[in-house]
Amino acid sequence: MMMKMVLRRILIGIGTLWVVSVLVFIGTSILPGDVAQIILGQSATPETLAALRAELGMDRPWFVRYFDWLGNLVTGDLGTSKAGGASISSLIAGRLGNTMFLAGIVAAISIPISVALGLLAAMYPGTWLDRIVTFATLSLISVPEFFIATFMVLILAVQLHWLPAIAYLSGNESGWQLARALAMPVITLVIVVSAQMIRMTRAGILNVMNSPYIEMAILKGVPRRRIILRHALFNAIGPIVNVIALNLAYLVSGVVIVETIFAYPGLAKLMIDGVQTRDLPLVQACAIIFCATYVVLILIADIASILSNPRLRQPK
Amino acid sequence: MEKLLEIKDLKIEARREDGTPIPIVKGVSFDVHKGQVVALIGESGSGKTTISLSALAYTKPGLEFAGGEVRLHGEDLLTAEPLRQRDLRGRKVAYLAQSAAATFNPAITIGEQVTESAVLHGILTQDEANARAERLYRSLELPDPDRIGNRYPHQVSGGQLQRLMAAMALCGKPDLMVLDEPTTALDVTTQIEVLKAFKKVIHEENAAAIYVTHDLAVVAQIADYIVVLYGGEVMEQGSAEQIINNPGHAYTRKLMEAVRPKPAAGLGTVVTGEHDRDIAALVVKDMSAGYGRKLNGEPAVTVLRDINVKVENGHVVGVIGESGCGKSTLARVMAGLLPQAAGEVVLDGENLEADLQDRSRDELRKVQFVYQMADTALNPRQRIDDIIGRPLEFYHGVKGRERQQRVQEILEMVELPAEFGARYPAELSGGQKQRINLARSLAASPEVLLCDEVTSALDSIVGANVIKLLNNLKDKTGVSFVFISHDLSTVASFADEIVVLYAGRVVEQGPTDQVLTPPYHPYTRLLISSVPELRIGWLEDTVELREMAVGIAKGVEITDVGCPFYNRCPSAIEGTCDITDAPVRQLAEGHEIACHLDVSDLQLKISHEASAG
Amino acid sequence: MNESNIKGEDIVERLDRFDELPDAPPRKRIKLSWVGKLAALVVAAWLVIVAIGPSIAPFHQMDFAGDDGFLPGDGEFLLGTDYLGRDTFSRILWGARTTIGISLLSTLGAYLIGITLGIAAAVRGGWTDTIISRINDAILSLPTIMLGLIAIAAFGSSIPILIIMAAVIYATSVFRIARALALDIMVQDFVESARARGEGTWWIVTREILPNAAMPLATDFGLRLVFVVLFISSLSFLGLGVQPPTADWGSMVRENLQGLPYGSYASIWPAVAIGSFTIAINLIVDDVSAESGGSLARKMV
Repeated sequence: MMMKMVLRRILIGIGTLWVVSVLVFIGTSILPGDVAQIILGQSATPETLAALRAELGMDRPWFVRYFDWLGNLVTGDLGTSKAGGASISSLIAGRLGNTMFLAGIVAAISIPISVALGLLAAMYPGTWLDRIVTFATLSLISVPEFFIATFMVLILAVQLHWLPAIAYLSGNESGWQLARALAMPVITLVIVVSAQMIRMTRAGILNVMNSPYIEMAILKGVPRRRIILRHALFNAIGPIVNVIALNLAYLVSGVVIVETIFAYPGLAKLMIDGVQTRDLPLVQACAIIFCATYVVLILIADIASILSNPRLRQPK
Repeated sequence: MEKLLEIKDLKIEARREDGTPIPIVKGVSFDVHKGQVVALIGESGSGKTTISLSALAYTKPGLEFAGGEVRLHGEDLLTAEPLRQRDLRGRKVAYLAQSAAATFNPAITIGEQVTESAVLHGILTQDEANARAERLYRSLELPDPDRIGNRYPHQVSGGQLQRLMAAMALCGKPDLMVLDEPTTALDVTTQIEVLKAFKKVIHEENAAAIYVTHDLAVVAQIADYIVVLYGGEVMEQGSAEQIINNPGHAYTRKLMEAVRPKPAAGLGTVVTGEHDRDIAALVVKDMSAGYGRKLNGEPAVTVLRDINVKVENGHVVGVIGESGCGKSTLARVMAGLLPQAAGEVVLDGENLEADLQDRSRDELRKVQFVYQMADTALNPRQRIDDIIGRPLEFYHGVKGRERQQRVQEILEMVELPAEFGARYPAELSGGQKQRINLARSLAASPEVLLCDEVTSALDSIVGANVIKLLNNLKDKTGVSFVFISHDLSTVASFADEIVVLYAGRVVEQGPTDQVLTPPYHPYTRLLISSVPELRIGWLEDTVELREMAVGIAKGVEITDVGCPFYNRCPSAIEGTCDITDAPVRQLAEGHEIACHLDVSDLQLKISHEASAG
Repeated sequence: MNESNIKGEDIVERLDRFDELPDAPPRKRIKLSWVGKLAALVVAAWLVIVAIGPSIAPFHQMDFAGDDGFLPGDGEFLLGTDYLGRDTFSRILWGARTTIGISLLSTLGAYLIGITLGIAAAVRGGWTDTIISRINDAILSLPTIMLGLIAIAAFGSSIPILIIMAAVIYATSVFRIARALALDIMVQDFVESARARGEGTWWIVTREILPNAAMPLATDFGLRLVFVVLFISSLSFLGLGVQPPTADWGSMVRENLQGLPYGSYASIWPAVAIGSFTIAINLIVDDVSAESGGSLARKMV
């Protein structure tokens, strides 16, 4: 029963990945119209256009191109960039590492902080601690990432001169330099992601707190800490794991802004540059990587919540 | 007797948004002595649950204590420190809720939850608590007592969970137990077992208890002392004997009146055999139905099998059975809400299409369905005028002033004032909403009214009034009724014919008088004998003399072959009943019993009748 | 002991008239806390500015009024000037119309598409529902910013494209909510009762489903509007949304970021404008969808 559900989820995940590939392909290869025209601009002659179309394979029907592209994608060939004709795989390689490094640090810091603060706020609802946490996180999730980033720069770099405003990694910084360079993007992302996670953890727990079995626990004289950690948390694990995975996925959009504002050499920055120069093959490749990561994370969240349900783990 | 709990002039309030208090409990006083079971009886809104929870120094969210004292062993609980209150909860006073299914934490094993309180309060070590829990499981007659603790709540049945909750309350050896409607959600046949187990264990542990319920018959079985409540005030209190046998207060007498008499012959209306027309209003022929996708013409889950039911013109057919027996499904098939998998539904001699969408507007008009829960059956965003007016407009094209006129007439028919038309459903009480629910169906001028548990969600007095209203309507309008209920007494007092359903099959049907006198189908007999009587000592008599105790604790099993009642039947014949379908035996005047036993073997009377007589 | 009093007969008499104890009183109309009222005031103020902002602004949004860029605030330029010497205060008033206007139109569009498709899917069921839902889930399973980037890569950026794009992207979440709400309501007995009466789909959708879905959808509208504001201004911030010289809060932050190290607040004020609008909406929504669960949790010791 449980295996069946997990398998079903995985199949749906694969299906979603496929639909995503179609969407990305349509978005970047069909909707824009004549890519050759875009590349060569208005001044191109019909001959050069035709030549480029043939070179790009644009003269073939769209579904042939799609399956060609999909085949290459699956074997790891992401095509060539318009700019300078470099292989996209090589462009992406280093950038992907940087982005994953950033996301990894953010996750490692924000997950424990958020779950702890969320639990604490749920444990003492209505107190000052809870009110401050709720108001602060509500405000933080209401503003765009660049709002937080801008204020971080204002406070930490401009006013206090503690940190540099821009992160540039050359690849051979000392540990201290690296830490200083990363500090600003990391802090910004941690704030953005944690605010969401704290709220959702708190809401997840309080949602369970409405159940009659929590009232029963109170009437059995069970202490507050045990009610939260044993009675509520065990029922909220599914939702909380879900929250964590969702927010890691949410990091995907966070890095887009943060990498841009701090000039951090990650994949998102590469993609934005690609969009600005309408380098469609590059955008295509980056979009596929981001979307696939997102879909996989959500899939993990789904599976985690199935696994945490005792009704499914212990069949009748 | 030693005074254990003393409640003095207890006041509890809710608060409006603007801060003004709404009194919920208005100065209630009573005592609980050691070894005594005190019943708080009252209908919804009487404050009985709220009062009982004060014994744990607890109020539901939104309520607060506004005065008075609750003394346990002389110590005032309401003024005690929160930590002291917590210490007493579960240790000195334990709570049993109405729905065990919701009260057990789904993510924790039963054993841990049963022993939790005792171990947390340091009364027992984990090992001692486990051992005690196992003893309690045995004395509560739970199956598999050495291993049931390792299971999760969803892995045991509802009746078992209810008893497990008793084990949970008793594990820490509390001085006082608060039982809040612990058998209300159970089927009658299960209720007896649970009641019996509670009574035995309260006696064995020499514990005192506050028993909260709206059911006088249940109270008569378990209480030593009764407190009658209405609107947050005590109407009357006294020993169980005095209140049951000699009630002093008008309200108590009213409550007793609403308890339907034991189902027996002579209660139903007499069938004369003369009909206005020759054709029966509604006939169900060889019908099977179920849910899920169909495979080879059979639904994934078959709920009803080979049903034959006839509703004569102007008659009331009562359909009785326990939860899950398919009684609601039968009504849904008749209404076209669930297309049957096989068989026919015939209205006025014409075959009805299975699917609602293929029925004509006039056919739809003739069969009206009345839902159990008026709360969900009435659109909260429509005024009563529109709710009742729409069928008038839709079926009869009545509009404007005339519609208004008719709505008022219909409101009058269900005995509600005309000014209710301007209200929204949320502005009415439960009983009033149920009347509107009925009124909407009446507005269609139907030939058959399908009533699905229309009184189950109502308090007994209100429910009794609704039945009275239905009786009037039947006489006034000549409508035929299909009246579905799990409550045999209610069915018996209203129906001309009774259909007994068990696990999706008709096990017995016939005129009310015939069904309620021997010969009985073994299941009918179990049902009749399980209906509690408003008589002290009934539980003991019944349990002691009940020859069919073997089967009660077992669950309903839906089987494809053989008699569905086989696993619970005391007279089951192995090798016959479990293998071949029961033959339908035709008795007098349309009375049918589906059973392998000879009619002479079915002649047994209900045990206590024999003994009490 | 017998506490019977005179009321006994009265009660019985009332019960016989079916004048029963009322159920729990119906929920009172939503009342905002003082924080909520303040927030409502802020939102209302911004909406007024959307309507009349450009006419009360001291300068035109493209007026290079200042002699120099990044001037500090004074009597003439209330909030100083931006990197091109334009009046920041005036541009914020103009920008309100761009940012909030685009977002409102997009959200309304998202609601039109989402509710229509969502209710259609719920009511039709079967294959229609499966196909629409699957496609919707796939789009919904992508980060909105990615969808935005892909769309801009494909079509370029202009205000009509931004509005249509945001409407389509956010219609997916409205679809999901509308469909779920409609499914919830459709299984209610009162809808089944209307079907059993023989009512047509139009009646059921407009009289039974929509009135009951209105309140939750209205709450969601606020949340959705905030998301769209964040989305549009993020794109503008990346230089991919509203294009200069049109004043837009997101792009104003970006344009003036270079002044931040020199102590210019020209990038801070538009950020504050966004924050005040979005935080205020979320505070109202929070107030309306009153805290659940807290009350029982408060009983813990």
